[in-house]
Amino acid sequence: MIPHFPVLSRVLHWLMAVLILAMLFVGVAMVSSLSDYHRLVAIHKPIGILILVLAAIRLVNRLVNPPPPLPTGMPVSLRVVAAASHWLLYGLMFAQPIVGWAMLSAAGYPVALIGTFHLPPILPHDAALYALMRPLHTVLAFALFATFLLHLAAALTHAFVFRDDVFRSMTH
Amino acid sequence: MPNTSPSSPDARYSLAALLEPASLAKLGAIGAIVLALIVLFLWTGGWLTSGRLTQTRLIDTFEDVNGPHPGFRRNHAKGVCLAGTFESNGDGTQFSTASAFKPGRVPVSGRFALAGGMPMRPDKPTAVRSMALSFALADGETWRTAMNDIPVFPVRDPQAFYGQLLSSRRDPRTGKPDPIAKKAFLAAHPETARAMATIRAHPFSSGFANATYNALNAFLLVDAAGRTTPVRWSMRPVDAFAPEPSNPPADKNYLFDELIARIAKAPAQWHLILTIGQPGDPTNDATLPWPTDRQQVNAGTLSVDRIVAEAESNCRDISFDPLTLPAGIEPSDDPLLSARSAAYSVSFSRRAGEPKTPSAVQVPQGR
Repeated sequence: MIPHFPVLSRVLHWLMAVLILAMLFVGVAMVSSLSDYHRLVAIHKPIGILILVLAAIRLVNRLVNPPPPLPTGMPVSLRVVAAASHWLLYGLMFAQPIVGWAMLSAAGYPVALIGTFHLPPILPHDAALYALMRPLHTVLAFALFATFLLHLAAALTHAFVFRDDVFRSMTH
Repeated sequence: MPNTSPSSPDARYSLAALLEPASLAKLGAIGAIVLALIVLFLWTGGWLTSGRLTQTRLIDTFEDVNGPHPGFRRNHAKGVCLAGTFESNGDGTQFSTASAFKPGRVPVSGRFALAGGMPMRPDKPTAVRSMALSFALADGETWRTAMNDIPVFPVRDPQAFYGQLLSSRRDPRTGKPDPIAKKAFLAAHPETARAMATIRAHPFSSGFANATYNALNAFLLVDAAGRTTPVRWSMRPVDAFAPEPSNPPADKNYLFDELIARIAKAPAQWHLILTIGQPGDPTNDATLPWPTDRQQVNAGTLSVDRIVAEAESNCRDISFDPLTLPAGIEPSDDPLLSARSAAYSVSFSRRAGEPKTPSAVQVPQGR
């Protein structure tokens, strides 16, 4: 038996899992919908910033509450893939909202969240910078979705095929 | 228990264990879950439903109808930038908490333009003119609005807008829009035929500075108690109305050149008029005018004191998204609002990355 993740780690994990998957779907729905575009944009921005804040809390939490070790019998190759995919997920959880924020800044859009609350721009108003950031935001979304699916497939494989404690450590 | 030493991996992680029929069946089921999510994602993004009208398709159609004009807006392509000040008199605060309506002055930037996707087209007296504004409010809030000098909009939803765009496509054989397609569109859209009659009955002014610009779409004002009031706003000129000339000057930029000369003399001013809707006034149909007896509130005065040519980081590189609203102003149920917001965003993303050529309208030195 390997120990479980602490409660705070588990809460953050599942909350972010739901938010990130929802955001990916909101994102693709938004850019292809004329009638719901404004409603989806209005939730996309504050939830994106919420994910950024939660990612920061989670990174600090990870340093304070390190994750339990992987089962001792797991081969090195799987350990490397697990570690790489986790750090890739962390990287994308930070990069995607920051690029979104940067993209709005470069476009000269106000980074409006809720009511009169706004974030300051993090890039100067510059169409050429926006032209770099906008496609990057799309590429990162696909990368995040692919990494999310890989992570999901790996978790389910631990739960049902390997039948080790890895999946349980995040659910119980 | 199998051996759990890291140097000799647990047999359950071996390839042989994964290739057992029971494992393969489970891996297949996991693969199916992943595939289902991919399909759902693609469907949500519209990749599996090619017939849907999306913002991408709408802007593609603009490019198709007008030809490629890289670096320019796909609509309202010919324009010039403005700068000025809005001085609020406080009268709007009875309906809305938006800081734009509190007494005081805020800087405004914006753009005068002609409707249509041709950035080099010659000015003509009956060209629809637009005024787009971006109010830089307190605490980083922004209010953007894009208005036209027509009394109502010709279509009421994005599908009709798309249909009208298609019916105005030039026939490659005649070089002109197909009259049968236009007739068919109007027959299917009596609201457009009515709106066109309203637009034709309303004379165009002689220039940019004496035109009334209407937001056309309805919005909701929200007061401190959370009460919402439907509103349509306009910029009404202080310059006296003069009708469109019957013999317009030959200069192909005459409307813009007159504007530049006018503002070089003194700032041009407009009153921000809030027309207050009554219950039952249509908020979801921009083809219908509101009754003329509705309360009108003069919320303040816009002074435009400077005109500059489009250039890097000025109005050229701004999207005048009509849903960039401050707290205290909300979208109505007008389906055009969300569609405009979405389409402007695609147009902006495309032109941002394209090579730029100077705009047709340049402002002489010393002005």
